[in-house]
Amino acid sequence: MEGLTRRFGETVAVDGLTVEIGDGEVFGLLGPNGAGKTTTIRMLAGLIGVTSGRATVCGVDVTDRSAGPRLRGLVGVLPEEVGLYGDLSAAQTLDFFGRLQHLRPGVRAERIDELLNRLDLWDRRDTPAASLSKGLKQRLALARALVHDPPVVLLDEPTANLDPEVARTVREFLVDLRTRGHTVVINTHRLEEAERICDRVGILRTRLLRVGAPTDLRASMTGGRVTIGLEQVTDPVLEAAQRLCSGATGNGRGHLPHGAALVSGDRSITATLPVGTAVADLVTAVVLAGGRVTTVSQGESLEDVYLQIVEERS
Amino acid sequence: MNGTDILTIARKDARTALRRRGVRLSLVLFPVIAAVGLSLVVRYAGTRSGTTIPPEILSRLLVSFLFFFVIGSSSLPTAIAAYSFVGEKVERSLEPLLATPVTDLDVLLGKALAAFVPPVVATWFGAGLFIVITDREVSRSGGTTHLPDATAWLILGLAIPLSALLSVLVSVLVSVRATDTRSAQQAAGLLALPFAAVYVMSEIQVISLDPAGMLTLAGVLAAIDVVLFVLARAAFDREEILTRWR
Repeated sequence: MEGLTRRFGETVAVDGLTVEIGDGEVFGLLGPNGAGKTTTIRMLAGLIGVTSGRATVCGVDVTDRSAGPRLRGLVGVLPEEVGLYGDLSAAQTLDFFGRLQHLRPGVRAERIDELLNRLDLWDRRDTPAASLSKGLKQRLALARALVHDPPVVLLDEPTANLDPEVARTVREFLVDLRTRGHTVVINTHRLEEAERICDRVGILRTRLLRVGAPTDLRASMTGGRVTIGLEQVTDPVLEAAQRLCSGATGNGRGHLPHGAALVSGDRSITATLPVGTAVADLVTAVVLAGGRVTTVSQGESLEDVYLQIVEERS
Repeated sequence: MNGTDILTIARKDARTALRRRGVRLSLVLFPVIAAVGLSLVVRYAGTRSGTTIPPEILSRLLVSFLFFFVIGSSSLPTAIAAYSFVGEKVERSLEPLLATPVTDLDVLLGKALAAFVPPVVATWFGAGLFIVITDREVSRSGGTTHLPDATAWLILGLAIPLSALLSVLVSVLVSVRATDTRSAQQAAGLLALPFAAVYVMSEIQVISLDPAGMLTLAGVLAAIDVVLFVLARAAFDREEILTRWR
């Protein structure tokens, strides 16, 4: 995507979105309501036009309206509302959409059987969609998006309003999609979900505010800060930690002064790790120095980072 | 345009609509009741007067009764069209459909076909039944059969399909604003009124339901259908549906 912009009259829904999503990547779009996430998905799926900028999906230009049918054959879309036909059974739903994706009868039957099995819908294949539970409906909608085995899958809030158990099943399925080589773009409000399954996330609020791996985003906001709780902070422990941290050693208690790499408290040390140093290295150094570790907390959560970024720009 | 896609959508929509009891009843009851009821009126009118109805009056009466089926065909498609367009809008099932490689025109034509064919077939069946029954009645009373004459063929071949198409296209346009199937059906159902007015005008002999009159009516309907198709095509645009249909 390069400068992808969409306006509705005077309202700018998406402004100059530029990001490259690699093959087989799971990319999460995070943002508050009205941030332009659904509009972005719709533009990528060729469902709505682009005001300016460009984007290609598997080499197909989304701004080329004549390429729309080809584009829509390359992407699988799960809209925010499942929008199933209540009268059609699970198998009939997949058969209908398989036909519209122009799958040959043999391939279609195989795909339907495979998806019904993979998504644990086999036993309910003849049940009308209206009679399925919310979780099963969501799985059927996912199967519908995947019936033609698209290389790119665009999911709008795939676990919204699902109970934790069903949400986990859907997440596991999304991880499975990545292992099968699909490129996945997910709109989500669930930050812990993005952290668990996304290779990278983009924080969107009309404009793309930040892009990166969830851990990198966290590190960029917290400066790689780690707090290790100890039964007792001893000199050898402090020395071991100091060796790992670059820069000056602060002497405050509790908060890390600007520019300081290490601060010790009565029962904790807070360190700013230099680039290339893992949390595990620090913990190992502390333990080898005789420290008895009680807790390790790594800076702020992605949620804190997200809220901070969104609030900064509002 | 992809005929297979159009038929796939039409079959699915027609099957879904015909699963509803109300739709099935309207498609069966109107043609049968109209055919049998109007035939009884013809028979009863002849018996009451004690004499046979003069052929020129009988001919006009039969044609004007046959025009009832045009009125029917202008309202029957709204039942299916309401489910096909507004129903999908309410259920939010248009977006997944539009996310397939099918073109907007194919979706529109598929849905229009589903709303068009069953009512037209049902109306033809009713009109055919009416012709058969009245012909038998007239023959039994020693008269000459009048139907199907040229006007009847024009009603069957042009007026019924064109009025049904008009109803489908109006339903598409109504569905842009309608938020539930019932109100869509009611709004599109008002379309029967102009046809009823044509019937009344023919009865008071302001217009004549002869071949020339039917051709004129068919021409007007065809012109309106073309205009409405252009409007429906513009309204049934992927982007319009996803961003403006509420």
